[in-house]
Amino acid sequence: MVLLKPIRNFPMARSNSQLPLDARSKALRRVVLRMLEAGDRGHLGAAFSMVEIFRVLYDNVLRFESAEPDWPERDRCILSKGHGCLALYAILADKGYFPESELDKFCALDGILGGHPDAGKVPGVEASTGALGHGVSIGVGMALSARIDGSKRRVYVVTGDGEINEGSVWEAAMSASKHCLDNFTVLIDYNKFQSYGATSEVLDLEPLANKWAAFGFAVAEVDGHAVTELQETLAPKPFATGKPLAVICHTVKGRGVDFAENNPKWHHQSKIGPEGMKSLHNGLDSA
Amino acid sequence: MRKTSLNQVYEHALQDKRIVFIGSDLGAGTLDDFKRDMPDRFFMEGVSEAHIIGMAAGLAMDGKVVYVNTIATFLTRRCFEQLVNDACLHQAKVRLIANGGGLVYAPLGPTHLATDDIAILRAIPNMTIVAPADAEEMKRLIPQTVDWPGPIYIRLAKGGDKVVSRDELPFEIGRAIELKSGGDVTLVTTGVTLQIALDAATRLSEEGIGAGVLHMHTVKPLDEEALMERLSNVPALVTVEEHSLIGGLGSAAAELIAESDLNLSFRRIGIPDLFPHQYGRQEDLMRIYGLTTENVMAVVKDMLGAAPKRDARAESG
Repeated sequence: MVLLKPIRNFPMARSNSQLPLDARSKALRRVVLRMLEAGDRGHLGAAFSMVEIFRVLYDNVLRFESAEPDWPERDRCILSKGHGCLALYAILADKGYFPESELDKFCALDGILGGHPDAGKVPGVEASTGALGHGVSIGVGMALSARIDGSKRRVYVVTGDGEINEGSVWEAAMSASKHCLDNFTVLIDYNKFQSYGATSEVLDLEPLANKWAAFGFAVAEVDGHAVTELQETLAPKPFATGKPLAVICHTVKGRGVDFAENNPKWHHQSKIGPEGMKSLHNGLDSA
Repeated sequence: MRKTSLNQVYEHALQDKRIVFIGSDLGAGTLDDFKRDMPDRFFMEGVSEAHIIGMAAGLAMDGKVVYVNTIATFLTRRCFEQLVNDACLHQAKVRLIANGGGLVYAPLGPTHLATDDIAILRAIPNMTIVAPADAEEMKRLIPQTVDWPGPIYIRLAKGGDKVVSRDELPFEIGRAIELKSGGDVTLVTTGVTLQIALDAATRLSEEGIGAGVLHMHTVKPLDEEALMERLSNVPALVTVEEHSLIGGLGSAAAELIAESDLNLSFRRIGIPDLFPHQYGRQEDLMRIYGLTTENVMAVVKDMLGAAPKRDARAESG
């Protein structure tokens, strides 16, 4: 039996966490910390592992008009792992989708930015997510809608790694490849940790690249914190004619603050306090 | 009723490019004409209900009107979280055409009996629930579903059901239809139990009991105004439904009555809190659970003090 070979194969690859973060990556993380401080809570680990994914999507890949969030021909970007919303909010604020003052009302009664993204409240959020395993199916629907309309708009879905334990993700994957959706990309934030602990121990995903390939996807594996690598991978549109694309982004949970990295305690934190915030900022300074 | 609804979807889709059809793994040949004439808007997605509802919601978020068809139990239980988060939370124009509401699949056993579908869906904000009485009423329903805001659950009966709805009575989603007036008791129905209620009302009238019939084809949003109007003028009310006594039409009526401060007699006829373990035919199970003209009549007479007490819920377990 011949296995479909992933486009690039980094067996059990890990992100190079020694790679220094540039000024933009640090600035976006400081926006995340600003919200974390305002709400005194948040999923820091998930957000910090996705900062570069969203940075590259919004800086280099997506077509959008932040002044006209409902522009019909915009590309769709869905954060399926809704608990990682701090990373999404940071880039949406950066692009001017909503006033920066909203950042200081994270999880506040009168704010629009909640602990999971709400499409009815936040300009730029395409789908309300939070329960896991929903975004890929919604994205397949949007990609089919684009095809029906004869539109060139594209659909990007960012999932977690723990998230793809959900069977519905694999139902959706079969459907995407059946429909040859080469306007459809799934980016997996593979930081190797879910809430309880290591993905390899909770419910092992390996061989992950081969799984996506077996489900009919073109597969790329990248260092999910390496901006250039992400840019190069996402530049061809489509990546492979007639196939949806899965980009396995090897990331580090909590990337940017050494004591939070790969530390399940920082999956979600509350009651962080001024000293905790100071430590986070100091940690980021030296990243 | 199913054939009528799907044909109507096809006819509307020919005129309206927003309309999309998704089936799971339906019978061979289902909507072949739709597939032939509008292949880009016809999807047969396999046994993957959770995915199908998410995909339908994604299409609807992009402006499509999506009709989904499969068996009622799979369309409600399997994909409940998708119905809540993807369809209802987003007010997505997803229309669920659910085969085999109630006891239709009696020969197939409890895994296929949709006796909790209304209860499950009533609890979700933004969901609309409609159970037409027959194919003719279905014809009046489908055109109204195209532009209805938010998701709709359409509960199908067995097919070939006796036509008892009346074309001259205006049909509107969310508005109950009074098919018969009567001053002693009101029989309230949804779906095919309208047949039973009309028959019972006629026979009760022959015995001098004035029985009205109010058809609540839409269980949610409940036409509270119509129900309250009947409650205020008629001293007794009986709900008749092919559904669990928990959470369906009877529960919805009970909730209204309990807060109405009206002094009236009230009974619910439906399926008790159990998994039916017999097979047989739909009508066999309906008989066992008291969904018969005779039982409706007996319950009414009991309420009105005209007969010995008997169980409103069932003739026998």
